[in-house]
Amino acid sequence: MRTSESRLKVKKDGGVIEVQFRDRNILDEANIQQIGEEIKTLIDSEQKPKLLINFTDVDHLSSAALGTLITVNNRLRSLQGQLRLSNIDPQIYQVFVITKLNKLFEIHETADKARASFKP
Amino acid sequence: MSQPNAGNADHAVLTPANNRADINVVEEAVLKALDRHGYPEASRFAVRLALEEALVNAFMHGHRGLPESETVEVEFSVSPAQVVLTVTDKGPGFSPESVPDPTASENIELPSGRGLMLIRSFMTEVRHEQGGNRLVMRYERPDQA
Repeated sequence: MRTSESRLKVKKDGGVIEVQFRDRNILDEANIQQIGEEIKTLIDSEQKPKLLINFTDVDHLSSAALGTLITVNNRLRSLQGQLRLSNIDPQIYQVFVITKLNKLFEIHETADKARASFKP
Repeated sequence: MSQPNAGNADHAVLTPANNRADINVVEEAVLKALDRHGYPEASRFAVRLALEEALVNAFMHGHRGLPESETVEVEFSVSPAQVVLTVTDKGPGFSPESVPDPTASENIELPSGRGLMLIRSFMTEVRHEQGGNRLVMRYERPDQA
């Protein structure tokens, strides 16, 4: 049985939904699936959602997690929403570069810069 | 899972099933061996990522249609100069050339297919054996490469 405890810390401020992860390692298939479902619930409840995913304290990320980010990005696009990523550890950023997902996602150094980049 | 003392070995063969507890035992055993040999954090990151992706591929693709209790075999060997990881599944194997390039524009938005690419990027050498159901990954210590 999977735990129903949230895998995310969620903050809503100025029309932006900011999520952080409770886990340092985003590897476990069941957790990744839960993260995807939780984010979907969050964005589906908003009109043209603005989502900021803050990777503070995340040490490891698997390709399955990248897959969930892509699914979230596709969902946001269908909702005419916007996605920003921030605070990605340099080693994890390398994973984005290798897979060229740094070109698909808009990635900012800090949450403040990411927040400021949302279009009205 | 067999080999309960693998946590202190530089060479061991482990047989995890598809559950987080077994996978964690394997990853921790390998990482402890890296720590004993003083590998840097970047090496821990690379080896853990490659092992994680190899195990996910073995269970998700190699063992598709097999019971979840079916185990894969992980052999690791850690020396001061290099790490060799071998993951063998019980599936029918596959042709590595048949895996599409996940960075191609038509594939970039597909949610899967990046594991093998990450393994190849982070490891020094990657070899497929036994018709594709054995993956041999070699990682050279960066300061001796």
